[in-house]
Amino acid sequence: MVEWTDFERAPIQSIFSKMDYDDVGPAPLSRYLVVYPWTQRYFGNFGNLYNAAAIQGNPMVAAHGKTVLHGLDRAVKNMDDIKATYAELSVLHSEKLHVDPDNFRLLADCLTIVVAARMGAAFTADVQGAFQKFLAVVVSSLGRQYH
Amino acid sequence: MSLSAKEKVIVKDFFAKVSSRSDEIGAEALARLIVVYPQTKSYFAHWKDLSPNGAPARKQGITVMGGLYEAVSKIDDMAGGLLTLSELHAFVLRVDPVNFKILSHCIMVVLSMLFAEEFTPQIHVAVDKFLALVALALSEKYR
Repeated sequence: MVEWTDFERAPIQSIFSKMDYDDVGPAPLSRYLVVYPWTQRYFGNFGNLYNAAAIQGNPMVAAHGKTVLHGLDRAVKNMDDIKATYAELSVLHSEKLHVDPDNFRLLADCLTIVVAARMGAAFTADVQGAFQKFLAVVVSSLGRQYH
Repeated sequence: MSLSAKEKVIVKDFFAKVSSRSDEIGAEALARLIVVYPQTKSYFAHWKDLSPNGAPARKQGITVMGGLYEAVSKIDDMAGGLLTLSELHAFVLRVDPVNFKILSHCIMVVLSMLFAEEFTPQIHVAVDKFLALVALALSEKYR
């Protein structure tokens, strides 16, 4: 069981409640595809991912980025049992999508960088700590059902 | 994974652009290192003050940035150019190399915070590679 203090819950709820999904949604996924190009192996049917400009302009990447970000909503609403919340999604990523779980960590790092850019100085060390703890639990839960 | 000629230019240009705030970047990155990854404090047990915004952390951050700028100037041969630093880390400091990745991440978070517009994905990937290569150069003499 993951323990959350009030000091940790607050910034996490705040970040997600204030998030503009249309603006922030596509950014982490497109950044992840540019910074870690081998991850493009999972998106063979997304069309043109040939260079950074193509990736950032790709509508399928944008749409999927928003889907993934909205996927985090459930964890935000169920912080006290993220493992159970994501059990099915973990099975999906393992059995059907065959995604190496290290990808969850890479995407989480890109999301942190994007949120840092949006929040600027408000993304203090304590906020970063809470946010990364939350993402670490998400990442761990998504990899939990792999066998 | 090595830096292409174009990436070297990107790294040099970006670091030149942010150089006026390099002390701030270093201090912030160190503060985040010890707050977000408290296990890293194990390397700083000799500090009188282990607080993230204390003088020792700030000084260490500035030292790290100095090392990074040296690496930028020696970007064409980092292993050779950073030999002294490499020996320091291998024989004296013996910092577990996993911490280079952690600090690199903290540095990039700070760059993204302070230079949101400039830290595009294209610059991010070049800087990420550069920091990984610096880490490699620093671990050159480990074993």
